[in-house]
Amino acid sequence: MTTPLPPGIQLEKVDDRIMTLNVGPQHPGSGHMRLIIKVDGDYIVSCDPDPGYVHRGEEKMAEYRNYVQNIPHLERPVIHDSCNILYPYCLAVEELLGIEVPERAKYIRVIASELNRCVYTLYWLAIYGIFLGHSTMFMWPAGDRELFIDLLEAMSGARVTHAYLVPGGIRNDLPANFEERCLRQVDYFEKRLKEYQAIFYKNPLLISRTEGTGILSRTDAIRLGTTGSVLRASGVDFDLRKKEPYDVYENLDFETVVRKEGDSYARSYIPYLEMFESCRIIKDAIRKMPKSGSVRTKLKPNPKGGNDEVYKRVESGRGSLGYYIVSNNRPEPYRVKISVGSFRNLICMPYLLKGELLGNMPSVYWGLNYWPVEADR
Amino acid sequence: MSTIAPQFRFSRFVGSLFDIIFWILLLFSLIGLPIVFIILFYIKMPLVNHQLLTPYLAMTWMADPSRTLPIIKTLLHTTFFHVVAFPGFGFAALLAAATIFIERKFLAKIQLRVGPLYCGKVEGILQLMGDGLKLISKEIIIPAKADKPIFWVGPLLFLGTAAAFVSLIPVAPGWVVANPSVGLLAVFATIGFFPIITVLTAWAANNKWTFIGGLRALHQMIAFEIPLILSLLSIVILTGTLNLSQIVESQQHYWWIIFAPISAIVFFICIIAELERVPFDLPEAESEIVAGWLTEFSGMMYGLIQLGTYLKLYAFAGLFTVLFLGGWNGPSVWPPLSPDLITNGITIGPITAKIAGLPLFDQEMLNGTLWFVIKTVGVILVILLPRGVFPRIRIDMLLHTGWYKLIGLAFINIFIALGLLYAGVLGPGGLIQ
Repeated sequence: MTTPLPPGIQLEKVDDRIMTLNVGPQHPGSGHMRLIIKVDGDYIVSCDPDPGYVHRGEEKMAEYRNYVQNIPHLERPVIHDSCNILYPYCLAVEELLGIEVPERAKYIRVIASELNRCVYTLYWLAIYGIFLGHSTMFMWPAGDRELFIDLLEAMSGARVTHAYLVPGGIRNDLPANFEERCLRQVDYFEKRLKEYQAIFYKNPLLISRTEGTGILSRTDAIRLGTTGSVLRASGVDFDLRKKEPYDVYENLDFETVVRKEGDSYARSYIPYLEMFESCRIIKDAIRKMPKSGSVRTKLKPNPKGGNDEVYKRVESGRGSLGYYIVSNNRPEPYRVKISVGSFRNLICMPYLLKGELLGNMPSVYWGLNYWPVEADR
Repeated sequence: MSTIAPQFRFSRFVGSLFDIIFWILLLFSLIGLPIVFIILFYIKMPLVNHQLLTPYLAMTWMADPSRTLPIIKTLLHTTFFHVVAFPGFGFAALLAAATIFIERKFLAKIQLRVGPLYCGKVEGILQLMGDGLKLISKEIIIPAKADKPIFWVGPLLFLGTAAAFVSLIPVAPGWVVANPSVGLLAVFATIGFFPIITVLTAWAANNKWTFIGGLRALHQMIAFEIPLILSLLSIVILTGTLNLSQIVESQQHYWWIIFAPISAIVFFICIIAELERVPFDLPEAESEIVAGWLTEFSGMMYGLIQLGTYLKLYAFAGLFTVLFLGGWNGPSVWPPLSPDLITNGITIGPITAKIAGLPLFDQEMLNGTLWFVIKTVGVILVILLPRGVFPRIRIDMLLHTGWYKLIGLAFINIFIALGLLYAGVLGPGGLIQ
């Protein structure tokens, strides 16, 4: 006697061979999310990512604060990449309010966001190392991250949540002798980066473990709407800093890193190679920057946006990051929609993990450059 | 400063210790001693060697080395002392504790850190004691649906098996707890218990992660036990004995690592896999399966398993030393006591003291222990090194390594050993003795 189920509810067929694992949220290899993984022996049959454990309602909160009050809380989803998550907001608000940014401020913004990209990538790399059981690769990037944190602290006064970029420029000018200090530390960092390659990226065990696993083809990468390093690892030459250059990126000398393999190794290698490009950008920007001048255009008190809408996006550490802001003649925005790279890359996780070994789960998961807090917003 | 005792000062602590000692001495001499003498006044004392055994005489004898040294010497050669202290558990646990400290500082140096620094004032030397105290004071949580008796007994069995393994390792000539004529077979038998204990505890915890971790450990240990046994067969072929002490004695002029290098490499890789150390730490891979088969252990149960793991590390390193690096053999560092000193005694100015049982440890034992410890610590350091350099490997690569490459290499080495034996180079009656 089985009672008919209500429409919409389906009972799962129970199979003795299949075991369901809840990876997270209390799991050292999950972050603030849950992966519902079904395994047959050591092979993953299906994977169902379940984000949403750290939803903060940033978009709703933004509707109750004016354009300047929104700055500190909008950087909370990715405190390690706070300059890059504020960048599109500042660009959008400047367009909405019709503000012109001084030339020096544009360069300093680029320097700050590239420094912050390195901070984020090093943190990501540290966790990638410990996910693969390589404890030295956890300690080295976590230690070298201090170089950039110190620089950003000198610029903004805060170690992680800088709130440095504001609509109209930057909050305050650079301290004295910042340029020499920055160049010296970036030069040292480039030497350290080469050592990472010797201990981690050229490690035969790492290569044999990640090469050829979790392959995402070029067509699949475009079809699934991935972005950032995941897209570039699959052979698509797409970097917003090159394709839709904002502020002064068109004047600066750098290249887009692209690899064709589309496997876990390529996805872990791209952010590392991009740190070299970030160092190039920082050095070039310091060389081309106007040595003096204003860094901030003063806003009117409680500025009102017109009856308008605007969408701006930048290349963050995790791919394209966009803000869609609608205003209706009030000091507060009517609607703020944040489009983040993490959430887009999460979509390809079930495709990549199907049929993989359970041991490949950490490398595929963290290779997607996914930041759970940012995806939940 | 510690948050547990914010007012703690080391000088005050030492001062309070002196206070306590002072009061104990004062109270003992003022109250205790009179009571003892009053009691002795009413008790009839026995006659020993036609002398009345007064407390004064007993104390004189205790301070007389010619009477106490033979007693200590007899104690040193009892089985109890062997098991508890020197070649057995105490010595191994001391080396294991040193290993943990060395591992932390060594890994910290690789990773540009400082390691434990505060506990114990000097380079965090008491950190391990602090960790042990923490583990003891923690609550032991048993999962509700666990198979409780097996879950309880698992850590004890693990530690016991590791201690049994330690007892088979000869440290110095004659200094070994158990010296069976089939010593190497006994080692294999002891190692064979570890997968059983692992699977039992993993199953008893009734948890998905322990289950997967236990199965991984089982696969890993079985895959690496066969090349481990095969790699040691060449040593048995060359020496013609299974007794570990005799294997050490056969290496007085050359070490077996010279004639069986492939065997040594295979054995070394198998050691790392059996110990579940990086890069073969799949059964405890935290980013995949939380802590593997150790997930549900808490408090001192986890501590016991860790102690067992480090005893196992010491025992495997000792086994490598015994089989390939010549065990206790080495140049004489510790000079022997002059026979003049033993027969005629020591003359210091007007006093000539003759002490009967003076050489508590003979020179062979001190030299042997020194060389054994140096070699074993060296092997342990090389076992620890991969932790700072390698990532974890995957289960399919691990099984491929174990079943294809290492078994093939071990067979090649057996043929090399047989060739050396039948060509008359090595072995009984060979060219090199």
